[in-house]
Amino acid sequence: MSEQPKAVALISGGLDSMLAAKVVAEQGVHVEGINFFTGFCVEGHTHAIRQKDKDKAKRNTALWSAEQVGIKLHIVDISQEYVGIVTNPKHGYGQNLNPCLDCKGFMVGKAVEWMEANGFDFVITGEVIGQRPKSQRRDTFPVIADESGAGDRLLRPLCAKQLAPTLPEREGWVDREQLHDFTGRSRKPQMQLAAQFGFEEWSQPAGGCCFLTDENFSRKLADLWQARGTREYDLDDVMLLKLGRHIRPAPNYKLIIAREDGENRFMNGYRKRFHAVRDLDNPGPLALVQGEPDNDDLETAARITARYGKGKMAESVRAEITPPGGEPYVAEVAPMPPAQIPEDWHV
Amino acid sequence: MSEASQTETPGEHLDARGLLCPMPVIRAEERIKALTPGTVLEVRASDPGVLYDIPAWCRVNGHTVLEAREEGEEQVVVLRVEAE
Repeated sequence: MSEQPKAVALISGGLDSMLAAKVVAEQGVHVEGINFFTGFCVEGHTHAIRQKDKDKAKRNTALWSAEQVGIKLHIVDISQEYVGIVTNPKHGYGQNLNPCLDCKGFMVGKAVEWMEANGFDFVITGEVIGQRPKSQRRDTFPVIADESGAGDRLLRPLCAKQLAPTLPEREGWVDREQLHDFTGRSRKPQMQLAAQFGFEEWSQPAGGCCFLTDENFSRKLADLWQARGTREYDLDDVMLLKLGRHIRPAPNYKLIIAREDGENRFMNGYRKRFHAVRDLDNPGPLALVQGEPDNDDLETAARITARYGKGKMAESVRAEITPPGGEPYVAEVAPMPPAQIPEDWHV
Repeated sequence: MSEASQTETPGEHLDARGLLCPMPVIRAEERIKALTPGTVLEVRASDPGVLYDIPAWCRVNGHTVLEAREEGEEQVVVLRVEAE
């Protein structure tokens, strides 16, 4: 070990990870933060795209947390490897498609790799016993420590006194007496500790920062997998699941219809990958058609798209349909009345 | 206000256009790891969040932002790599 112990702290941007890092840094340990990009992070992307979100604060909460704690932060892209965690979680899903236990074990494992590559001594997380129903339980903590390879180099400063002493405590790298014994879902102890450190502002509670915990997003991802007949996705799929209205008139194709100008602009970048449909006569949304639509399907797609534009009351409109990487053609279609769009087409 | 001077013309350029945050920050960190202290790097992006995130990342990691500006629809951040 180096003269000054070194710890790498998982920083999510939420309060618990921020406090855990601060508790250990206060003991004179050199702490650096690590934040993992999975592709499913809620913040950032949609705010950057949607026009109506232009005025929202664009700060990255993990960076902001690190700045409050006074530590360096490394943001690491794990999105490619993360696919296996989402599509085939060993421990299953939570309420939606959130593989929380596998996710935590995987992230701690990546932090261990970083720790070893950079000559650090242990890993810190903001986990609290009983805080989360799936991954933060007394019986799941050893699973995370074992499967990540962290073993007893994994320190959970907010509830360490409820657990057996870890290597950093036994070696005296940290003083166990100055760690905490938080349990359960109450946020009061965290609020008190935040006040003690002078933290006046923090991001939403941990768990709310991942799209996979969102029911609507999970439903759309499940629909995509079902339509493809395989549990596969790439980052573009994830991006498009975060945007637009998703309407599936038939198993072989789905429309993604932009809801506003920001989404129109962003989705325009996908015109070479999917059929693109828009109303030539009236202001309205761009729609992308994913799947294997035939000509009749594309006409239906054009009718649905026209229903969401300014020409929705017109008898007919000229729709431009552009095949992926092909030349656009024009079809005259009647905007579909809302009553003809069944509720169960909405994904 | 810009701290950039004529003696700190970017010697390195990173094209992060088309990437959404935090990917431009991740690409910048990957590039900076391979650069020597004193190198000036220009990052060009198309996500407005870059004007917040790269300066924040530089602050916590000890690098110096010389300039952060918008150029039409694009964002440009010029930074100087500092020693660890």
